[in-house]
Amino acid sequence: MASPPASLAFGAPAFDETGLPGECLQQYELIKRWLDETPRAAVELKRREAELLFRRIGITFAVYAEGGSPERLIPFDIIPRVLAPAEWNTLQRGLTQRVKALNAFIRDVYHDREILHAGRIPAPLILHNDGFRPEMQGFVPPQGVYAHVAGIDMVRVGPSDFYVLEDNCRTPSGVSYMLENREAMMRLFPDLYARHRIAPVSHYPEELHDTLRSVAPENCEGEPTIVLLTPGANNSAYYEHSFLADEMGIELVEGVDLVVEDNIVYMRTTEGPRRVDVIYRRLDDDYLDPLTFLPDTLLGTPGLFTAFRSGNVTLANAVGAGIADDKSIYPFVPEMIRFYLGEEPILANVPTWRCAETEDLLYVLDHLGDLVVKETHGSGGYGMLVGPHASRAEIETFAARLKARPQDYIAQPTLALSTCPTFVENGIAPRHVDLRPFVLAGKDIRIVPGGLTRVALRDGSLVVNSSQGGGTKDTWVLESLGHAQPYRR
Amino acid sequence: MLSRTADSLYWLARYVERAENVARIVLVGHRMASMARSLGGGGEEWLSTLIATGCEPGFFAKYSSPDSGAVIDYLVRDPDNSSSVFACLETARRNARAVRTALTADMWDALNETWLKARDYASQQMTLDTAPAFLEWVRERSQLFNGAYDSTMLRNDAFYFTRLGTFLERADNTARILDVKYYLLLPQDEGVGGALDYYQWQSILRSVSALRAYHWVYHDRLQPWLIAELLLLRREMPRSLLSCYDQITRYLDLIAEDYGGDRGECHRLAGEAHARLRYGKIAKIFQGGLHEFLTDFIDRSILLGGEISNLYLT
Repeated sequence: MASPPASLAFGAPAFDETGLPGECLQQYELIKRWLDETPRAAVELKRREAELLFRRIGITFAVYAEGGSPERLIPFDIIPRVLAPAEWNTLQRGLTQRVKALNAFIRDVYHDREILHAGRIPAPLILHNDGFRPEMQGFVPPQGVYAHVAGIDMVRVGPSDFYVLEDNCRTPSGVSYMLENREAMMRLFPDLYARHRIAPVSHYPEELHDTLRSVAPENCEGEPTIVLLTPGANNSAYYEHSFLADEMGIELVEGVDLVVEDNIVYMRTTEGPRRVDVIYRRLDDDYLDPLTFLPDTLLGTPGLFTAFRSGNVTLANAVGAGIADDKSIYPFVPEMIRFYLGEEPILANVPTWRCAETEDLLYVLDHLGDLVVKETHGSGGYGMLVGPHASRAEIETFAARLKARPQDYIAQPTLALSTCPTFVENGIAPRHVDLRPFVLAGKDIRIVPGGLTRVALRDGSLVVNSSQGGGTKDTWVLESLGHAQPYRR
Repeated sequence: MLSRTADSLYWLARYVERAENVARIVLVGHRMASMARSLGGGGEEWLSTLIATGCEPGFFAKYSSPDSGAVIDYLVRDPDNSSSVFACLETARRNARAVRTALTADMWDALNETWLKARDYASQQMTLDTAPAFLEWVRERSQLFNGAYDSTMLRNDAFYFTRLGTFLERADNTARILDVKYYLLLPQDEGVGGALDYYQWQSILRSVSALRAYHWVYHDRLQPWLIAELLLLRREMPRSLLSCYDQITRYLDLIAEDYGGDRGECHRLAGEAHARLRYGKIAKIFQGGLHEFLTDFIDRSILLGGEISNLYLT
């Protein structure tokens, strides 16, 4: 790829989702009026109430590589982000299409590799990828599904310009924030909430439960026993694990609670061993089973993988699903959609330079100051360079790393991410946002309308990761643009 | 339910109860020490407090003499002391967090808020002046937690294991409090029935909120053997050993019935201890030595805890 489309160039003014300057889109009218009319002190009070609410229910998030409190709170912004029905409609179709293709790709990669034979993706990119698990070759999980829960990160740069920034097919987190944010908004602002027709999200745990039930092993008779496998209370997403297990009414287990005998998985209960059929695991592949993967881990359960391969238990997401969300594979997802589904992609990718290609690398090195460069295996916003915000020294250091291992990096234009009005130190100001919808794949594909909106709270910052000082907002997908109730004073 | 979940619930309840009990013991130590000063007592009150809480060895590894400031800080706030009130609350919350899904929202709220606020309190040294308010508050919070789980948990095995934790810990505590007074506190030259003796017994009753109960039950002046009887053998006294063992045997039986009727060594041990209390006579106990009885009781309770763990919690 030579140079990016003009609309993506850095320096273009960010699109504000409430509308162009001076106008207010219909979906934001009531919110704007509410902000204009509510005294600042009253809103300030609500903000503090929200913070108390979140601390009390114990939403916490450990931040790695930081000396700070291990139970720091993720800031919640009380101004909701609103999506119009038509906007969501497109996203939903595009997400369904994308996740279908991703699952088809994973299955293909572990079987006939047709897409490699057809020359659409370079074979070494797959076979030498850390995300590729040779142990999975020739095995089809129930319903042929590998990525049962996918978090697809979306960004927006214009009224109808949504891009997929990355796919998360391993153990994406954040859905509990989506649910709790909604609960908080309904509690804090019942009146504002009631005046909109907002698509509900609170049935997500039921949808997830149904999805997991639909992928029970064939030899499971009767109602499957489903559990959620967590690395434990010290994991950054532990709150979410316990929250989801609770909402689904299933056991929250750790590796030590499971035992494998004759390739059948049991959990240790006060009444003796009980057979387990489906494991929604929030533990990475590497730690699942010391007999197959990392030998020294205490987090997993010996024999778990063989039990999975024998078809006696379902792991969701499947081992090896990570091959589909690797950043070096990402540029090929539109091609997957064409190849497996025979359709044109509904959602576009962000233009991406693959530094493994000499021509791309040269371009990237020449334009480091304008680009975002990411490690292909990194996640969480660590180990990336945001060119326009980096010092000369930082860029030089990064260039050296890039030259040493170009195959480990991709680069993208610095997008002028869309903004939403957000509470900051001195009032309300536009801040950059992204969106992570959660796509469930079982017998069919289901998406709860909306997702998790993350917001970069620092002025000008484009990094929305909670580990880097990002916050969250409630995301309202409107079912219609009409007002649900007449406006009350 | 998961063995690990049952284990965490059991210990969660034990640690909340222990936080309350250590708070009660320190409060009574505080009271005894103030009275001893005015009545010319032996000055052993803070040492006895350390012994009653089982914290004596740890304390002397850190300090050389049991002066009030050091003991109070060690028992109330010190994060290095796993039995300090604050450490108990922290352990309780850690167990709660590990089994969030098994807790009702009310239980979690009660515990989490307690921990959050206790953390603020614990950021400063505890002194003679600041400790009592904190300790009273801990007692209230523990009662809030007990009320929360009693009024919101489903009556199933999770509830039974939580109950077991509460009552095993409570029985242990009552035994320890009594033992300390009887065995340790009374100075050699002070006669039984002296003013100091009287106020010490009164403080013991206060520490388990039983001073009024005593008068209701006995209509008599404070007598050591009656106090011992009240705290060991009277069923109507909710912190007595018998009362606690009524509950322990009851919940062990409910668990066994839930799980198809099989019983184990823990049921035998609990039944045995229960019978000794149920049919015991206070005169007989004094004949054999109250201290010996209490030490034996504490040892048996530890054994029982181990057997419950073997059968259900691992």
